[in-house]
Amino acid sequence: MLLAACSDGGPNEKVTGGGQNAAPAATEYTGPNVALAFWNGFTGGDGPFMKKLVDQFNTEHPNIKVSMNTYQWADYYQKVPAAVATGNGPDVGIMHVDHVATNAARGVILPLEDLSKALNLTADDFSPPVWNAGIYNNTRYAIPLDVHPLGFFYNKAVMEKAGLDPDKPPTNNDEYQAALEAMKGKGIQGDWVTPFEFTGSMQFQSLLWQFGGQLFDDGATKAMFAEQAGVQALTWMTDHVKNGYSPKNVAQDADIIALRNGKNAFNWNGIWTINTLKEDKNLQWGVSALPQIGTQKAAWAGSHNFVQFKQKTKDDNKLTAGKVFINWISQHSIEWARGGQVPARKEIRDSADFKALPEQSAIGTQIDYLHFLPPKPGIADVMATVVTSINEAVLGRKDPAKALSDGAAKADQLLEQNAKKYGS
Amino acid sequence: MAAETATRVRRHGPLTPYLFLLPYAVVFATFVIAPAAYGIWISLHDWDYLLPGKPFVGLDNYSALFDSNSAVYSFFWESMSATGIFTVLSVPLLLTVPLALALLLNRRFRGRTLFRAIYFAPYVLGVAVIGVLWRFLLDPNLGVVNAILGAVGLPGDTPWTTALPWGWVTLVGVTVWWTLGFNAVIYLAGLQDIPRELYEAARIDGAGRWAEFRHVTLPGLRPVLLFVTVNTILVSANMFGQSYLITQGAPGTETRTAIMYIAQTGLADFKMGSAAAMSYLLTAGLLVISLLVFRLFREKDA
Repeated sequence: MLLAACSDGGPNEKVTGGGQNAAPAATEYTGPNVALAFWNGFTGGDGPFMKKLVDQFNTEHPNIKVSMNTYQWADYYQKVPAAVATGNGPDVGIMHVDHVATNAARGVILPLEDLSKALNLTADDFSPPVWNAGIYNNTRYAIPLDVHPLGFFYNKAVMEKAGLDPDKPPTNNDEYQAALEAMKGKGIQGDWVTPFEFTGSMQFQSLLWQFGGQLFDDGATKAMFAEQAGVQALTWMTDHVKNGYSPKNVAQDADIIALRNGKNAFNWNGIWTINTLKEDKNLQWGVSALPQIGTQKAAWAGSHNFVQFKQKTKDDNKLTAGKVFINWISQHSIEWARGGQVPARKEIRDSADFKALPEQSAIGTQIDYLHFLPPKPGIADVMATVVTSINEAVLGRKDPAKALSDGAAKADQLLEQNAKKYGS
Repeated sequence: MAAETATRVRRHGPLTPYLFLLPYAVVFATFVIAPAAYGIWISLHDWDYLLPGKPFVGLDNYSALFDSNSAVYSFFWESMSATGIFTVLSVPLLLTVPLALALLLNRRFRGRTLFRAIYFAPYVLGVAVIGVLWRFLLDPNLGVVNAILGAVGLPGDTPWTTALPWGWVTLVGVTVWWTLGFNAVIYLAGLQDIPRELYEAARIDGAGRWAEFRHVTLPGLRPVLLFVTVNTILVSANMFGQSYLITQGAPGTETRTAIMYIAQTGLADFKMGSAAAMSYLLTAGLLVISLLVFRLFREKDA
C-alpha cells in the first residue's frame, strides 16, 4: 500500500541525462534575494557545526537565505527522491558518496561539472579517490565536503593494565597479535569484533583492501570479495573470537561501549567516534591510523558530498546561489573538521588549523590510501550482501569462506539486476 | 402516532444510511481501494517511480518469488518463514496470557486500577523506545539481564539478540510484554459484558470455577475472541520494528521479517514492482488465514 502511494512520472526525461544545470557557475551571486532549502542527515554532534556555518554564510550573503533541514539518513534517502519527484525537493543537499551514482541515475540530482570547471577544481585540490567517486557516466554530480575514514581507537587505561605502552598502539599484525596475547594473559578480551555493518563490515572492507583484494571487479559487474583476500580478511576477524581476543555475540555498538567502559581496548571505528569519546571526561583514549594487517595500507572511508537537486522549474538564480553556497562551505570546511571530520579539500587538510586537531589529523593521514565504493547505481543495495556475510561469519553461523561465497553469489545476482534496471 | 412516525422515517430514510456511509466510503476508496488496485498494476512492472522506463513484465515479479534461481527467492522465503515463526510463537501467548491477566484484573481487590494501568503501560510506548530499551537490557555481553542472571548463578552469557533460538525468545517475549495490555483491555471489556446472572445460574447448577470459565466466560467472550485472534495474527504477521531495532535481522538475515524485506526492496532498493508482488503474496496468505479463523469461530456457533 505504501508503495502504491508513490506517484509515477518522475521529473527526469532520460535516465542518464539527469537534466540541465545553470551555466556558467559563478563564485558570487548578485541577483535578487533567493531562499535556498538545504537538507542533510546531520542528526548527531555534527549538526550544530553545520548550522553554525550556515548561519555565518547567511550573515555574509544578505541576498541568499539558506535554511537547513535535518533528517535521519535512512529517511533522508527515501524522502529526498520523493520530494524531488513531486516538485518539493530541496535546492542543495548532502549525500554520501556511495549514493551519488544511484541518485544521478534516478534523475534526482544535477550535474555539477560547471561548478568544478568555474572554480578550477581538480582531483589534486581534493584527493583522487574521493574526487573520482563523485563522477557518474563521465559527469561530475558531487563536490566532496569531507572524508570520514575508519580509524584505530584504543583505551589507554586498558592497555596499561596489560602492560602495554599506551602511546604505542600496534601498527602491524605482529604487534597487534602480541598486544592481543598480552591482554588475554591478563584476562582481557581486548578487541571486540562486531558482526554488524557499523563498523564490522567497514573493518572487513579495510582488511580486504589491505590484503590486496577488492569488493567488485573494475566495472562493478561481479563480486570479488569472496576470493582469497576476502577470506583472509574475514578469517582474521573470526579468529579473534576463536582465540578469545573477542567475546562471542557482540551486539550493535557493544564494542565501542565496552571500550568506553574499560572492558575493551581496541576498536576500528569511524572518525565520528571522536566526538562520542570526548564526552567521557575520564576516559584515557587515543586514535591512530589503522594498523597495517595485510600486505598494503588501506582504510575504508565514507564521504559527505554536496549535490544540487532537480526542480520542477529551473531557476538559474537559485542554482547559482546554491553553487556559491557549496563553494563557500567547502572553503570554510575547517569549521566542519572541528565537528569530527577530515576536510576533503587539500588546502584545508594541509593547514595549520587542521593539524592542530590531533585526532582528526591522525585519521587524516590515511588520505592517500582511502577506498570508496565504486560509483555504480544501486551499489548500496549490493553492499547489504557483504554486511550479511560478515554477520553470519562473526556470529559463527557459517565459516568465513562459505559466508562470503554465499554473499557473493547473491551480490552477482543483484549487480545483474541493477545493470538491467539502470541500463549500465 | 406510531404509524405516522414510521412513515416519516421511511420518507426520509432510503438514502440516509448511505449518506452516513459516504464519508467513510470516500476515504476508504481513496486510501485503500485505489492504492491497492494501483499496487497490483505496479506489481506487473519493473517499477521505479523515478525512472522513465517502467517496463511491463507481466507476472515475472510473482514467478521470481517461486523460482529458486532468482535473486529474491531465498531472501523472500527466509523472511516469510521468519514472519511465520514469529506469528506461530507469539499469537498463542498473546491470546492466553492477556486472557489470564484480564480474568485476574476483573476480580475485586485493592489497587486493581493501579495494576490495570501497570499492565497497560508498556503498550503506550512506541516501538522505537521499547526496541532500544530491550536491545541494551538484553545485550549479550553488557546487558543488565545477563548480568543479573550471572549474579544469581545462572548462565550469564545467553546471546539474546545475536543467535537463534534466543533471538526469537527475545522478540516474542518483548512483544508479549509490550502488547499484552492491549489485548487484556479488550478482554476486560468483554468480561464486563457477560451478564452476572449467568454466573449465578451456573453456580446454582453446581458449576465449579473451571466449568464457569468453560461454559459461561468463554462463550460470552466469543465475539471479542474473534476480534482479538484476527487482530493479533495480523499485527504479528506485520511485525517490523522489533526485529529492525533489537536483532537487526541477525544472525545473518534470519530474523528479518517479510515486512522488513519488502520495505528494503521497495523503499531502499527502489524495486517497487517486486516489493508490491511480495506484498500481495503476503496479503493473500493473511486473507486465507483470516478467513480460516472466521470459519473456525462460525462453526463453533453452529
